[in-house]
Amino acid sequence: MKSITRQKPFNEIEQQLEDLDRIFIVGCGTCATMTRTGGREEVLEMKNRLQGLGKMVTGWIVIPTACDEMTEVAFRENNGAIQDANSILVMACALGVHRVSLYIGKPVIPALDTLFIGIEDSPGDFHEVCAQCGQCVLGETAGICPITACHKGLLNGPCGGTNNGKCEVDKEKDCAWTLIYQRLKEQGRLDLMRKYRPPKNFQVVPRPKVARIV
Amino acid sequence: MVPSFKEALNSGKFVVTSEIGPPKGTNIEKMCHHIDLLKDMVDGLNVTDHQSSVMRFPSIGGCLAIKEQGGEPILQMTCRDRNRLALQAELLLAHARGIRNVLCLTGDAILVGDHREAKGVFDLDSVQLVRTVRQLESGKDLGGNDLNGAVEFCAGAIVTPEARPIEPQLIKFENKVEAGAEFFQTQAIYDLDNFSKFMQYARQFPVKVLAGIVLLTSARMAKYMNENVPGIFVPQNLIDELTRAPKGEALNTGIEIAGRMIAVLQKDSVCDGVHIMAIGREEVVPDILAAAGL
Ligand code: SF4
Ligand code: SF4
Repeated sequence: MKSITRQKPFNEIEQQLEDLDRIFIVGCGTCATMTRTGGREEVLEMKNRLQGLGKMVTGWIVIPTACDEMTEVAFRENNGAIQDANSILVMACALGVHRVSLYIGKPVIPALDTLFIGIEDSPGDFHEVCAQCGQCVLGETAGICPITACHKGLLNGPCGGTNNGKCEVDKEKDCAWTLIYQRLKEQGRLDLMRKYRPPKNFQVVPRPKVARIV
Repeated sequence: MVPSFKEALNSGKFVVTSEIGPPKGTNIEKMCHHIDLLKDMVDGLNVTDHQSSVMRFPSIGGCLAIKEQGGEPILQMTCRDRNRLALQAELLLAHARGIRNVLCLTGDAILVGDHREAKGVFDLDSVQLVRTVRQLESGKDLGGNDLNGAVEFCAGAIVTPEARPIEPQLIKFENKVEAGAEFFQTQAIYDLDNFSKFMQYARQFPVKVLAGIVLLTSARMAKYMNENVPGIFVPQNLIDELTRAPKGEALNTGIEIAGRMIAVLQKDSVCDGVHIMAIGREEVVPDILAAAGL
């Protein structure tokens, strides 16, 4: 599982930092390193670009896992450079941005956009596998998620847009329901395509989502 | 009084429906003109619902205009733009205003339309929407609450007989029948042999099937549809026929082709009727009917 991120357009980062000239940069050693959006290399490149804009970079760090509680410890160790800064630029997913915001009273600016939770197919290629809908139907759909893999999130079979196994929105993308059909057929479980699935409960855990798992 | 679409469906006659595309804007003059022109020639007039995800005057608005002008509207409803509350509410409105036919569709993806950053809703899918109609008919809403006044609709759905692979599409067709769809309007068909095979299969179900006839206006349009529209296959001989048409005559050739297909479907009782879509050329629908000998 990885949090898949993409760097924001540089002019958006620049805009967010408009009145902030002393910056501490935070990268992440887990997902953002694997997606090459917030690892050591990207952090150093960002440092150079910000310096090129005439900003002062008071320091930088790549936290092993920016979203966990060790972040607090890492911050204590870098207290001096953080004190010197008037803003923190976070090159981690939004979970990391949240974590950092918990400990610091200064503006925390995201440098990345968090796209989805996904897995890596081959180096650099990621795809979403689960939208955390709270009511998993994978057991009936041969392990292919109709919520995330079908563009429309359909529960009762393919739409009329399916085209030779591809999806109406993109000739490069597989139609999830054609895949589900093929796999169920292989498994001799096509009857599951005939099973009616009622409208989904979109409020399994209402927003803001919290859960206590005991 | 004009017989209702449902009466026409059950009368055993060869049913003809066509469709109206509402305008982008408030000028409904042309739409009303098309309604006037077609309302007495057909058994029902569909009104498209932001077809191809292009924002327009709403389907329900077009249906009300048809009612006012004395025609028989078929309300197209997609799941793309409304959640289950809005869909149910619109069915209540439609019924209260005398609209008695609804065609339940999934809806095209937002990404193919002209508001590409919008949120696609798809709270329900087409099978669930058919069931929603039936639920409202029972006097209860989807939440299980009592309605003060129920609805009653002749509910239909669509099927793509040329989809590849075909089996998942047929399973979905059966799921729609099971959900309570009474009639089907098909995606455009051009290969009558293929369609006859589909009909042999479809005949085992207690539903009426109207073959989708999309007017071909040029060889270019036919090729474009082959390349870009899922589930539409225009055979090469029809493309050749359009190519051979003298300059400025392609439209007439398209009208001839459509009329010829309808005539065969009727003569051989292949299906229960046709649904004529003359996207943007509604004014030639009477010519198509004439060419078909209807
Ligand atoms: S159905 Fe899809 S989105 Fe829902 S929990 Fe399962 S994999 Fe995740
Ligand atoms: S073509 Fe397939 S994946 Fe795409 S929206 Fe339709 S059913 Fe879903």
